Amino acid sequence: MKYIIAVIQPDRLPDVLQRLTDVEVHLVTVSNVVGRGRQKGIAEVYRSHREAGNLLRKVKLEIAVNEGFVKPTVDAIIAGARTGQIGDGKIFILDLPECIRIRTGETGNVAIG
Amino acid sequence: MSLLRRLRPGWRTGALAVLLLACAAPALFAQDAAAPARVDSGDTAWVLVGAALVMLMTPGLAFFYGGLVRRKNMLSVLMQCLIILSIVSIQWFLFGYSLAFGPDVKGIIGSLDWAGLRGVGGAPDPLGYAPTVPHEAFMMFQMMFAVITPALIIGAFAERMKFSSFCLFSLLWATLVYDPVAHWVWGAGGFLRARGALDFAGGTVVHINAGMSALAAALVLGKRQGYPGDMSPPHNLPFAVLGAALLWFGWFGFNAGSALGAGALAASAFTVTHLAAATAGLTWAALDWLKHRKPTTLGMITGAVAGLVAITPASGFVNPFGAFFIGIGAGLFPWLAVTYIKTRFGYDDSLDAFGVHGIGGMWGALATGIWATKAVNAAGANGLLYGNPHQLWVQVEAVVVTCAFAFVGSLILFKVVGALLGLRVTEHEERVGLDLTQHREAAYTQIE
Repeated sequence: MKYIIAVIQPDRLPDVLQRLTDVEVHLVTVSNVVGRGRQKGIAEVYRSHREAGNLLRKVKLEIAVNEGFVKPTVDAIIAGARTGQIGDGKIFILDLPECIRIRTGETGNVAIG
Repeated sequence: MSLLRRLRPGWRTGALAVLLLACAAPALFAQDAAAPARVDSGDTAWVLVGAALVMLMTPGLAFFYGGLVRRKNMLSVLMQCLIILSIVSIQWFLFGYSLAFGPDVKGIIGSLDWAGLRGVGGAPDPLGYAPTVPHEAFMMFQMMFAVITPALIIGAFAERMKFSSFCLFSLLWATLVYDPVAHWVWGAGGFLRARGALDFAGGTVVHINAGMSALAAALVLGKRQGYPGDMSPPHNLPFAVLGAALLWFGWFGFNAGSALGAGALAASAFTVTHLAAATAGLTWAALDWLKHRKPTTLGMITGAVAGLVAITPASGFVNPFGAFFIGIGAGLFPWLAVTYIKTRFGYDDSLDAFGVHGIGGMWGALATGIWATKAVNAAGANGLLYGNPHQLWVQVEAVVVTCAFAFVGSLILFKVVGALLGLRVTEHEERVGLDLTQHREAAYTQIE
């Protein structure tokens, strides 16, 4: 089992969710986050005062998948989120030792889907 | 001379208006003259509605300011504005109204004859402030001005002043700065009024007064931690827009209500108030567009408020063209002040109370001396452009006196309150935010 974390541009979220649906990955947790990367922050202007380096708004997706779904999931995220511009985001893949469905108590691979 | 705002040329019949003006003008200078007119229901209705409109400006200001601070200080700003509504209303009832408008003592202050609203009832006031409305209605209308004026200063010391010190300062300021200046400019026998200064609805009394006190506050309290480098942007601009919209709405009561009657002068003040706000909002947005390549929302609403500030003293004396030019200046001068002066000198006037109300108020007071015309208000005066340069000089005098008194008076009050209670919260409290440390509340929950 793998735990996939993707940080993407907020405006790409609908595309990414559609691509994930297309490969039958339905379970995803989405959060609004702020952060910065190579793109740095953004300068905003309030009454002529430039406030540089404000953290950028991003969207974070968290998806737990069985091994066979790792590549389709990653491909779907890239297909939906990639524009070629700096700031498209990143994907992190972590090993996931356990997963438990609260309602039934099932564990492991059957609990993920 | 600002008593002239009390007179209304637009009665139901022109003849009656002329007669009233002729009779009332000399009587207004006589301290003990009986009010010549009886209560008029239309006038009374408008003044009462005007009082309610001006009351709404204080919550409006709370949201205007609240939207501009950081999340952790949202409630502290709302609370400061709203508690002033309580404190100054009670002060006004107990002695404030009498100090400002009561029978004159040597041109400087009102006596305590009307303390506790003694004799302030259903008949028009005996000094001729508002000859056609109950004294009580006039008193309530003026109360709302006394409330919002100290609230304007909050913009300069937001996010760092101790609540207890703030309460004491506001009470002292209302009593020792606002009430005297209101008496000088508006009170029967007040010395600036006697010299002919024009201030229809409070350019000097409200805006210059609060604006200069705000500058004193910014200088005495010092900068917020992290200013100017590490400040977060305004936490909720939609609230600021809502607040500015409520201010704009309430300002019709502030300015048109200052006609103290439901007639032609009120309609004229209503018109020029709106035009100046519209022009200044557009001007500020255009300046942002030129300098920063985008027209900002905050800039547009700030400009509109600056336009309302600037038209305030002029609103009973200028025509729509005057309002248009006053609006352009109101967009330009405060914009220059917050863009260049504040940056250059580095003081932390956090929400630009000085930049908008001080600079905008000065511009408005001087502009009144330029564009005032008797064609709008026969009881007013002509300004520079209508052949009377002397009026501009009178306005300069009123501006200088008010600036000096408000600045020095506020400096002293801040020093006194600072010595008694301290002015600033601790560094830790400032980091955590005033909502939690001063009020044990949070504006927004993080989790349902």
